[in-house]
Amino acid sequence: MNQPLMVTAAHKAGTPLAIAIGVVVAVLLVSMALLSLLPESNPLQVSAYTLTLVGKILCYAIVALALDLVWGYAGMLSLGHGLFFALGGYAMGMYLMREASGDGLPAFMTFLSWSELPWYWYGTQHFAWALCLVVLAPGLLALVFGFFAFRSRIKGVYFSIMTQALTFAGMLLFFRNETGFGGNNGFTNFHSILGFSITSPGTRAVLFLLTVALLAASLYLGWRLARSKFGRVLTALRDAENRLMFCGYDPRGYKLFIWVLSAVLCGLAGALYVPQVGIINPSEMSPTNSIEAAVWVALGGRGSLVGPLLGAGVVNGMKSWFTVAFPEYWLFFLGALFIVVTLYLPKGVIGLLKKRGDA
Amino acid sequence: MKLPANGAFMLEPAFDPAAGEGASRDAVGLGSRAHGGLDTRHGTILTLEDISVSFDGFKALNNLNLYIGVGELRCIIGPNGAGKTTLMDVITGKTRPTTGKAWFGETLDLTRLSEVQIAQAGIGRKFQKPTVFEALTVFENLELAQKTNKSVWASLGAKLTGEQKSRIEHTLDTIRLTASASRPAGLLSHGQKQFLEIGMLLVQDPQLLLLDEPVAGMTDAETEFTAELFKTLAGQHSLMVVEHDMGFVGSIADHVTVLHQGTVLAEGSLEAVQANERVIEVYLGR
Repeated sequence: MNQPLMVTAAHKAGTPLAIAIGVVVAVLLVSMALLSLLPESNPLQVSAYTLTLVGKILCYAIVALALDLVWGYAGMLSLGHGLFFALGGYAMGMYLMREASGDGLPAFMTFLSWSELPWYWYGTQHFAWALCLVVLAPGLLALVFGFFAFRSRIKGVYFSIMTQALTFAGMLLFFRNETGFGGNNGFTNFHSILGFSITSPGTRAVLFLLTVALLAASLYLGWRLARSKFGRVLTALRDAENRLMFCGYDPRGYKLFIWVLSAVLCGLAGALYVPQVGIINPSEMSPTNSIEAAVWVALGGRGSLVGPLLGAGVVNGMKSWFTVAFPEYWLFFLGALFIVVTLYLPKGVIGLLKKRGDA
Repeated sequence: MKLPANGAFMLEPAFDPAAGEGASRDAVGLGSRAHGGLDTRHGTILTLEDISVSFDGFKALNNLNLYIGVGELRCIIGPNGAGKTTLMDVITGKTRPTTGKAWFGETLDLTRLSEVQIAQAGIGRKFQKPTVFEALTVFENLELAQKTNKSVWASLGAKLTGEQKSRIEHTLDTIRLTASASRPAGLLSHGQKQFLEIGMLLVQDPQLLLLDEPVAGMTDAETEFTAELFKTLAGQHSLMVVEHDMGFVGSIADHVTVLHQGTVLAEGSLEAVQANERVIEVYLGR
């Protein structure tokens, strides 16, 4: 959430206020990571709980941005982005499990009395290979799914339903113990990452800063794409696909590119989420998670880069407060929020802010 | 009936027209492969032969034959349901003919190319309902439409060259939208959208333009201007215009084709077809 306002600023050829806010948010986030390193007795110390919570929300913000690229710009509503997020998380989790179990098998495999690793676990003890998997697993799945979906010209609500079915299928698959990913418990009890204790304040701070960096990088990438001719072709695709085809553009390539890019971004966000939160299980693939991501984007304002980040921040911030204060009412509140946004804020919070700004 | 052969797989006599009159011609079969680009040796840009399209038994087009010459401005008229839009769909690859041949130039088989390939080969289409990219500005609409490399990789790094920019500005001038260049296209009036779409076709620089009711919803002055525009285009481009407005047809076309129930009813000058007994019968229902 550090750069978005700068981005709007650049769009509108610069409002100094927005740039200032962007810089302040960036400085705040970085100083949060540094303050968490202070001893607990210090009144300025940021607790591990707060840091993890904000880190988690930043990961969600990346997902929201990735979803906005395909939904807000290219007009394809995916209700399955949780799958790509979880796949990235699982790939990172495999490495963390191997690191935790040393030379032996991961604990859950010993419980199942398996004697050797399944083939797809080979090499996961190497951090570099795990990183490759973080990109490859969601990327390849998105590539194959997207190739067939776009070739068959599946669009609109049919596309949304298929992505929803895809993530549901993924969840059912990962729930099985035989799949080799820890069944419904998933992966947890991580100890270390690259030899550093995963619970130490230093490691937490570094992971947090990496998340901030990934968010900033995704935002920059999104901004460059939105400003390029590629971004304009996507907008054209969203509004009049037939016209675009008769102009001589092949929509399939454009859709596939942004779709795979979005999936990879989600995978990276998932990979940063897992070591910070300390657990990954198949519920991350549940359809509701993916739908919630769509709510963040809708609430924040799709088709803008800042909107989804705001949406993810606001909804998750409220969620963590609400589920403590009035746990029974959270889902009602979320539902009401969505209805209000749909009825009164079709362009989301960012649309409201822009209107204020123009007036 | 003589069927056209697929030139892409044929050897063409090595013959260099630049060498002038009487240049020697090698024997057929010993030449080079048919060259790239559109081949219009025989002066026809579009050849449709025995085209039939049926939807669940209903024949939208029925053994239709149509030839359009290079640089010609052809008007297609006909009552509702005569198959005019289906004809355009067949040419642009949106609908596949059940039977028949469709050739672009001498060598491109339209029945085998995809919509995108056909557009890239040089057939531009204007829809009946003006369709522009509403969220983009007028300038950006033209930028996307212009003739250039349209692959994903090219678009990622695409920058407008000075030449392309001046071409777009020239087109803006032609379609009289210079003042609205930076407005979102969605805010244009109906007539302006029609012009923008025509402008998009112009920058796309196709050899054959298909225009489906281009003056629908235009004021008289705009219609008159469109007629002028089309007349200047004919010659450099071939145009096929589907139109209901007889006044407009009379002002632009020297050659008119009348469609009825998916087949060509009459062809010739506007006066000739208007005098044609069968045309009168179809139009007036006598």
